[in-house]
Amino acid sequence: MSYRNDPYDPKQVALLDPAALAAAVADATKAFTAATDPDALTALRPAHLGDRSPVSLARREIGALPPAAKSDAGKRVNEARRAIETAYADRAEVVEREQAERVLVEERVDVTLPYDRRPRGARHPLSTLMESISDLFVGMGYEVAEGPEVDLEWVNFDALNIPADHPARGLMDTFHIAPEGSGLVLRTHTSTVQTRTMLSRTPPIYVIVPGRVYRTDEVDATHSPVFHQAEGLVVDKGITMAHLRGTLDHFARAIFGPEAKTRWRPHYFPFTEPSAEFDVWFPEHRDGPQWVEWGGCGMVNPRVLRACGVDPEVYSGFAFGMGIDRTLMVRHGVSDIRHLFEGDVRFSRALGTGA
Amino acid sequence: MRVSVSWLREYVDLPADLPTGDLEQALIDLGIEVESVVDLRASVTGQLVVGEVREIEELTGFKKPIRFCRVDVGDANGTGEPQEIVCGARNFAPGDRVVVILPGGVLPGGFAIGARKTYGHNSAGMICSAKELGLGEDHSGIIVLPPDVAAKPGDDARPVVGLDDVVFELEITPDRGYGLSLRGLARELSHAFDVPLRDPALVPAPTGTEAPAYPVEVRDPIGCDRFAARMVRGVDPTAPTPSWMQQRLVTAGIRSISLPVDITNYVMLELGQPMHAFDADRIAGPLVVRRAEPGEKLTTLDGVQRVLAGDDMVICDAGLDNALAGEGAGVPISLAAVMGGETSEVVAGTTNVLFEAAHWDPAMVGRTARRHKLFSEAAKRWERGVDPALPLVALERAVRLLTEHGGGTPGAEILDIDHVRPRTPITLPADLPTRRVGVEYPPARVVALLERVGCTVAQGADRLAEDPGAVGVASGAGVALSVTPPSWRPDLTDPADLVEEVVRLDGYDRVPSVLPTASPGRGLTPRQRRRRAVAWSLAERGYVEVLAHPFVSPELADLLGLSADDPRRPAVRLANPLSEEEPLLRTTLLGPLLGILKRNLGRGHRDLALYEIGAVFHPRVGAGSPPAMGVDRRPTDEEFAAADAVVPAQPVHVAVVLTGDLDPAGWWAPGRAAGWADAIEAARDVLAAAGVPDEGVEVRAAEYAPWHPGRCAELRVDGTVVGHAGELHPAVVAALELPRRTCAMELSLDALPSAPVTPAPTVSGFPPALIDVALVVDESVPAEQVRRALEAGAGELLEDVRLFDVYSGEQLGAGRRSLAYKLTFRAPDRTLTVEEAVAARDAAVAVAVERLGATLRGA
Repeated sequence: MSYRNDPYDPKQVALLDPAALAAAVADATKAFTAATDPDALTALRPAHLGDRSPVSLARREIGALPPAAKSDAGKRVNEARRAIETAYADRAEVVEREQAERVLVEERVDVTLPYDRRPRGARHPLSTLMESISDLFVGMGYEVAEGPEVDLEWVNFDALNIPADHPARGLMDTFHIAPEGSGLVLRTHTSTVQTRTMLSRTPPIYVIVPGRVYRTDEVDATHSPVFHQAEGLVVDKGITMAHLRGTLDHFARAIFGPEAKTRWRPHYFPFTEPSAEFDVWFPEHRDGPQWVEWGGCGMVNPRVLRACGVDPEVYSGFAFGMGIDRTLMVRHGVSDIRHLFEGDVRFSRALGTGA
Repeated sequence: MRVSVSWLREYVDLPADLPTGDLEQALIDLGIEVESVVDLRASVTGQLVVGEVREIEELTGFKKPIRFCRVDVGDANGTGEPQEIVCGARNFAPGDRVVVILPGGVLPGGFAIGARKTYGHNSAGMICSAKELGLGEDHSGIIVLPPDVAAKPGDDARPVVGLDDVVFELEITPDRGYGLSLRGLARELSHAFDVPLRDPALVPAPTGTEAPAYPVEVRDPIGCDRFAARMVRGVDPTAPTPSWMQQRLVTAGIRSISLPVDITNYVMLELGQPMHAFDADRIAGPLVVRRAEPGEKLTTLDGVQRVLAGDDMVICDAGLDNALAGEGAGVPISLAAVMGGETSEVVAGTTNVLFEAAHWDPAMVGRTARRHKLFSEAAKRWERGVDPALPLVALERAVRLLTEHGGGTPGAEILDIDHVRPRTPITLPADLPTRRVGVEYPPARVVALLERVGCTVAQGADRLAEDPGAVGVASGAGVALSVTPPSWRPDLTDPADLVEEVVRLDGYDRVPSVLPTASPGRGLTPRQRRRRAVAWSLAERGYVEVLAHPFVSPELADLLGLSADDPRRPAVRLANPLSEEEPLLRTTLLGPLLGILKRNLGRGHRDLALYEIGAVFHPRVGAGSPPAMGVDRRPTDEEFAAADAVVPAQPVHVAVVLTGDLDPAGWWAPGRAAGWADAIEAARDVLAAAGVPDEGVEVRAAEYAPWHPGRCAELRVDGTVVGHAGELHPAVVAALELPRRTCAMELSLDALPSAPVTPAPTVSGFPPALIDVALVVDESVPAEQVRRALEAGAGELLEDVRLFDVYSGEQLGAGRRSLAYKLTFRAPDRTLTVEEAVAARDAAVAVAVERLGATLRGA
């Protein structure tokens, strides 16, 4: 566009005046500085850098100047424009950074708000303890054996050298299955699985038997008609009581800590001979380090081996059994066995979330 | 068995200064369980003195008769004046010597004695009963010292009443009947302390005579292999039991009755031989020892009339006619070995006493005691085994005691009908203890230890046929010992029993600790791993595991709304349940599990998600009794299979119950109540955790108690129903008083097929084509069928079908609903073209249209 034929307008030409350009730069810089966020800054751009901004209008005037003056004026206008653009960019960087910082502050939350949207479930501590015991023995090469809870009297008693008229049978407080003569009982011990294992497998036998057992005990703080045992059975060539002791020592340390110790007291069980009850000592007992009764053990009675088809002249074995409920109670200081079976969710949640 | 240390010391020279704790430990190490130790010396503090009653003033006008007594306590009260004591007992008279605790003393149980005004008089101290002193249960009156006690007023009363002693309460294991006697305990302690034993059974006893002490016929020498008797005539019926004997009986928990009866009990405690004393004048004719005729009756000493069984042994009076048992069988007057009868017992005027000491079959006694629920002191000893060599010794001891304290003349005749068979020696390889225990016991040590417990050991010449060869600890093999156990050890029958004696006496603490090397195991079984996976998956989803007792009531089946022919109705029944209300074993986990849900609700928990994994019990209806199997050999596979077929089926189930919010309310959002869909989701989660492939799982609507008929899903795996899930029937919820809309799931883990080896999927790296389709179908068409139709039609390219919206509204028409699916198509080898994807979509829709009458919404 040419303004050559336009009448000369000294006011417009004044835009090219160095002072005027300096003022435009100063105005722009001041305005940009006043803007505190990117949106406000963007809104200022047309006034200072747009088509109708002073520097744009000034450039338009250059054509009206005499040729000799054009170069100088052009240089001045460009410098002014660059200065304004630099001021804009500088300010943009500042306000954008400030805005980013402000967002981080504004978005701050209370991270201590309780977030328990997914309710916490739990295993039962008896289940997890039975599994830990199983894992311990599986790690030693044993297998986990199982059997029915209602079982033959023959399996629960006769095969284990507890004949019908033996006082030991009377001591077992057995739940019998009706009608009389059914030949069935709720197993009084996990030793039933000893019988079944020896009937179904040939030695060497290394099994651990966790499971639920029953006695006709009225419920109180230390008795429950339903409780749990873990029973170990080993039948192999050359098995001795020393092997039994070694196994129980290892077991005790795994359950009650590296400082745990065991001791034996001679006892009588029809299915083992020799027999012993064993106690465990451990430092973390609720009432201070002390001995507590833990279970029964012994060398499998050759009569039991014979009834189950294992040749006692070739093989010998040991068996041990202990109450899992009791182990849990002793280890964790549970004062009342009823807590284990009432099913209050607070109990399982407190103890049953870890393996 | 309660015994005092002072009594034990009569038979064994225990160290004089033996601490009580050491004695306790010695008993434990011998295998004798110590239930409690009561140091009577410390049980009463303060002044406990002998007093002599001077005057008794009867106080009247009170609710019960009261006596105001003046009791001479010598100088014990510091004044020498009689002590004034108010007493409620009436079994004493002036001149009697009694036991007085003076003010400042404390009785067992922390009962402090002072001086106080009561019933209008000052009472300074107390006259004591046996119970108050912790000496027994007798509280019928105060202790009146027998005339034979040498003690004067003011003496310390402790030694007089036996409070200078230590009492051990011992639990004897069922194998060692001899431990229920002073003789047996003293023998054990003599081993422990290696001190001499004075065996009270070593008194010389006269042997049986030709003429019987009383005519006796033993008709069953199996049930009674020895019967001995002696007579004492002209006994002073008023002679009291000496105080020392009474004291020992009371300590043992046996009531003093009369001198002859007390003597039988005393001899039982001392030697271990239960005895009976008959009043010879109350027997009409000869005695007959036989099995009872079923239905015969006998009133035992406890006043209970017993109906006898054919297995019971009885002692009968042949002088009485008995039509039921036949000529000469007599009428039962004593339930042999267990309890005497009323008609022939020693009474207040008895002068002619017939002592009986026999030997009975332990198994018979055990059966009789259990049948009649009569666990008498005698029965307890018989079933644990009694030394058959004792009868004549016991009779001698009893006769001597009676004549010494009650006068009378022992008859010269001694009856002894002896069918006892001699013990057969046990062959023991001398190295067997070493091989079984893992401690090196030289043969000489084995012999010494066995001889110490009373065995006779001879060296057998036979090398044992059984030679375990190179196993175990070698050496000593070939030396066989021939061991005859003593008569008091009927429990020693097998070589293993002798091994136990060796290790027990040598010390269990000498057994070393050696870890055996197990044979290689195969880890957990798939079934065990599956159960754990299911358990953890439910726990991780917020369910809490509980372990319920399996006992349920017969009414539960009705409450759950089970139909008359529901297979969960027949249940295993306990013959002796703890509670008559819950005699059955669960056939579903839900009953007990809902019970636990209610307990939690009662404790204020509202939002509950519980689960249990456990067995249910289904009886084998009509299976009958298992065949009898012996124990002398392994049953054959067929025999055991026949027996095993009677055992109830006991599949392991998993169940959940849900009530309240499953997603809890919080600051983030309101809660979300658990519903039928959550129960079904739990079932699907269980199947997934169990490794059941999705393709095999089918969910169908079902009507199945105790679920809501419109909100119950049946879970099928490979076409087999494995369980149910959904909301419980409102009637069940009401009957069980559960919160509305309680939900549940139960399935049988044992019904699931074993998890297959899953083939790996093809994971394509090419982009998917996503196409949404909305199909309008009848409301009666299950979404599951629509999904299956789409899958069937879409072909290989379909990767996933996801239902994202269910809509029903007026513009669809009544009874119709729209199901909107997002279909994901992908090819393994290329990027799908739009045309390919659309063609697959159209094919999918076409099958839904054809199978289910679906229409494409908006088409």
